Amino acid sequence: MDLHAEPRLPSSRLALLRYGIAAVGVLLLVGFWQLQVVRSDYYAELAERNRIRTLPLMAPRGLIQDREGRTLVDHVPTFSVILIREHIGGIQDALPAIARGLNLEPAALKARLEEFKEAPPYQPIVLKNPATLADIAFIEAHRIDLPELELLLMYRRRYPPGGFGAHLFGYVGEATPEEIAAESYQLGELVGKMGLERHYNHILMGANGERRVIVDSRGKEVDKLDQKKPVPGRPIRLTLDYDVQLAAEQALAGRQGAVVALDPRTGDILAMVSHPGFDPTLFATRIPPEQWRALTEDPAKPLLNRVIQAQLAPGSVFKIVVATAALEEGLFDRPFSVYCPGWANHYGRTFRCWVPQGHGLVNPHRAIVESCDVFFYQVGRQLGIERISRYARQFGLGSATGVDLPAEAGGLVPSPEWKQRVQKQPWYDGETISVAIGQGPIMVTPLQLAYAAGGIASSGVFARPRLLLEPATPPQVRRVSLKPESVTFLTDALWGVVNENGTGTAARLPEIDVAGKTGTAQLVGFDTLRRVGGRPTRTLVENAWFVGLAPRRNPEIVVVVLLEHGEHGAAAAPLARDVIKAYYDKKNSAGARQLAGLPSAAPPEKN
Amino acid sequence: MPRGVRYRELDWFLLGVVLLVAAVGLLEIYSTTVNHPRFANMHLRQLTWVGLGLVVMLVVARLDYHTLLDQAPWIYVATLGGLVAVLVLGREIFGARRWLEIAGYTFQVSEVAKWSIIVVLAKFLGELRSEVLTLKDMAKVAVLVGVPIVLIAAQPDLGTALTLVPIAATGVFLAGLRWKHAAVLALVAVLLLPVGWYLLKPYQRERVVAFANPGHSPQGSGYQTMQSKIAVGSGAFWGKGMGKGSQNQLGFIPVRHAEFIVAAYAEEQGFAGVLLALGLYLTLLLRLLHNAETAADRSGALLVTGVFSLLAFHLLVNVGMVLGWMPVTGIPLPLLSYGGSATLSTFMMLGLVMSVRMRRFVNL
Repeated sequence: MDLHAEPRLPSSRLALLRYGIAAVGVLLLVGFWQLQVVRSDYYAELAERNRIRTLPLMAPRGLIQDREGRTLVDHVPTFSVILIREHIGGIQDALPAIARGLNLEPAALKARLEEFKEAPPYQPIVLKNPATLADIAFIEAHRIDLPELELLLMYRRRYPPGGFGAHLFGYVGEATPEEIAAESYQLGELVGKMGLERHYNHILMGANGERRVIVDSRGKEVDKLDQKKPVPGRPIRLTLDYDVQLAAEQALAGRQGAVVALDPRTGDILAMVSHPGFDPTLFATRIPPEQWRALTEDPAKPLLNRVIQAQLAPGSVFKIVVATAALEEGLFDRPFSVYCPGWANHYGRTFRCWVPQGHGLVNPHRAIVESCDVFFYQVGRQLGIERISRYARQFGLGSATGVDLPAEAGGLVPSPEWKQRVQKQPWYDGETISVAIGQGPIMVTPLQLAYAAGGIASSGVFARPRLLLEPATPPQVRRVSLKPESVTFLTDALWGVVNENGTGTAARLPEIDVAGKTGTAQLVGFDTLRRVGGRPTRTLVENAWFVGLAPRRNPEIVVVVLLEHGEHGAAAAPLARDVIKAYYDKKNSAGARQLAGLPSAAPPEKN
Repeated sequence: MPRGVRYRELDWFLLGVVLLVAAVGLLEIYSTTVNHPRFANMHLRQLTWVGLGLVVMLVVARLDYHTLLDQAPWIYVATLGGLVAVLVLGREIFGARRWLEIAGYTFQVSEVAKWSIIVVLAKFLGELRSEVLTLKDMAKVAVLVGVPIVLIAAQPDLGTALTLVPIAATGVFLAGLRWKHAAVLALVAVLLLPVGWYLLKPYQRERVVAFANPGHSPQGSGYQTMQSKIAVGSGAFWGKGMGKGSQNQLGFIPVRHAEFIVAAYAEEQGFAGVLLALGLYLTLLLRLLHNAETAADRSGALLVTGVFSLLAFHLLVNVGMVLGWMPVTGIPLPLLSYGGSATLSTFMMLGLVMSVRMRRFVNL
């Protein structure tokens, strides 16, 4: 070997390089094989998820209208911010930025995502509704780095302002896991939670559609694939009359209590008001926990629909039932008078009349007109608890009327059998005396009273209260046989309450045949409440009741007014008068228009 | 041109393979950009670069590589000067000084540095008169390569800086590195990794983290790796067809006409297409090794293996990135990826190879 010649490169090492690069080639090919042959289905699916985005098309809920077709509840289109989860790659790192950009609580945002963990990935999550202009700007500005944010057109429920009809309409909210399990709703769907929204959810709620589009890497839509049209919810028309409802709202004027007006011929509820109320719009999105707590913990119970859920002693209004029972049982067939010195002794206990100096000698008519307690103690004693309960139950007290609203309370009509079963104690005869004037262990709802009074005044034709006019269903009528003389006698006495020197003269209206009955009732005592599982609030405070009917026989309208706390029966009468007046004013002006050949103020009814 | 050195002595086989690879690249560049007005006619621009590259290659091939080797010290000094100038005068784009502006053209000095290091190392290692490499020689190589690496890394451009390492490694290996020393070097490299972590800039660390944990940040490099793998995998065996890859056409593949062109290609042409392209590329690399073997002298062989190691490194790092094995770096795949200076620089290096090839029978 020539020492001066350059040593050549060792061919063994060159060969090693050759093997090395061949090995690299094989290695890379194995890598491609792994992705393109072994796992190609997996990646093909990911590629599809990348390019295809499923966007919901929201169905608006049906309108809620009054009996004349005036819209009471509708909806407004709004944009909401949704999070698309079909995107590849984790979202966790983007959460702080999203929370900051949309002004959301980071913890709440995390919890929201957690809620939807089990939902299918094509289903987006509503993060914020409605989106503010700032939110929309944020989303548009971050299309590239936050393509998972999208705007969705939604319909936000719009209720009348000021809590008008709030208990009646109820509200909507996202379906809870329990509701999803029971009704096969989808996670995140808006469903009725209370009131009519809940009861007629199956009519009001539409079916959402969806749209599948092809998007590019920035989430920009480049092509459409297919779409399923949304099916809007159907409207409902209520038996409610906006004008009567308005009069009822104004009459109550924010006092704690309830007003209900119905047409006993059909059961049509014309007005239903409960105070205090709430603003259902608060619930149209997710209600903040503080506001929810404020509503549920308020001792005045603003969420309670007092018309169907307040279970209270009826007081003297119950004398309608006791008097009817006495008439039917023939108690007044022979001359029946009681001397009232202001008190009476029964079963070793003294019972007072509400007029301390007494009514003197009273006959049945005067006893009703002036609401003499001593008279009714005697009647109750002679009837006995069994007969009183039987009649009360027959007239619909102590059980739900079956009105088309959720969570109607049943109330309570006591009997010895009931007392034995629930309290494990025998009935005390003294309790019968209290029940005879609507005190003691007896609880009714305002709606039950309206139903009972209307049915009795209609000669035993009890039409189940209802709120839905359309889609139409026939009135549900129950007949109780009553003697015509009983009805005549009773309704004349009720007319006397208002038009003679009775307790309800404040309800008098010129040229209108108004009858009625007042009631002043102690709030149910501590032990009674506990017995039925209620929560005691205040004890021994009085409630004012008034039941008004017009005309006195076969009435067109029955109004029940409840004023809670510290009121006397006479105080409730003017409210009923206002509501009845509103009803007749409208009826008369419509009649006058018809006579004058003018078009009716309201759109003509269908059929 | 000395007697016997004619263009017909060009490596026509190598040229054919190179043109085929470039053709595959042009087709895929067309497919990735044709539907995007912003990138219109990119394939034509790339075609121009390839044409220019061929001219440059022929010019360089004509040069006797020995003349070039003789100028190695000056080339080295000029390169270092250029790198220092970049650091001092360079135009800052996206927070890095990588470009020098000369007569209105921006010019990436580090791209030329690769080329000069190949020449400098070939000169230095080719003139060693021993079968085995001494520690002293190794130290000299370390300094020769280390200085430009540090200068380039300071721009900062760690990716390009690292491409110099395989050139040096291959050169040293062929010049007679002892296995014992190789083992020690490997060990030191492993031990230095944690130190390297501290020297990384935050964005560089982020890339490494994202690489180790894809899906970590939706729009970061983990996301890019994921989208690249989806493109490749969804291409399956036969591919979705040219211009029909959803990952490609809808923009899910990042920089799909340049660094990630292999992902777009694999999506549209499938495993079958990959087999063809990778086969061509490997043929090219093996042909380079063949040329190293037939070179007339040690320096010539080292020039060719320098080009080989550079291209092989790009292949491994770029395709490894597409497959999700390597962190996302800006390293393109020469001849396939779109890029003017990279294409020109590749053809310039192929010119060196041709120059060596044409002079394989010349007795000096």
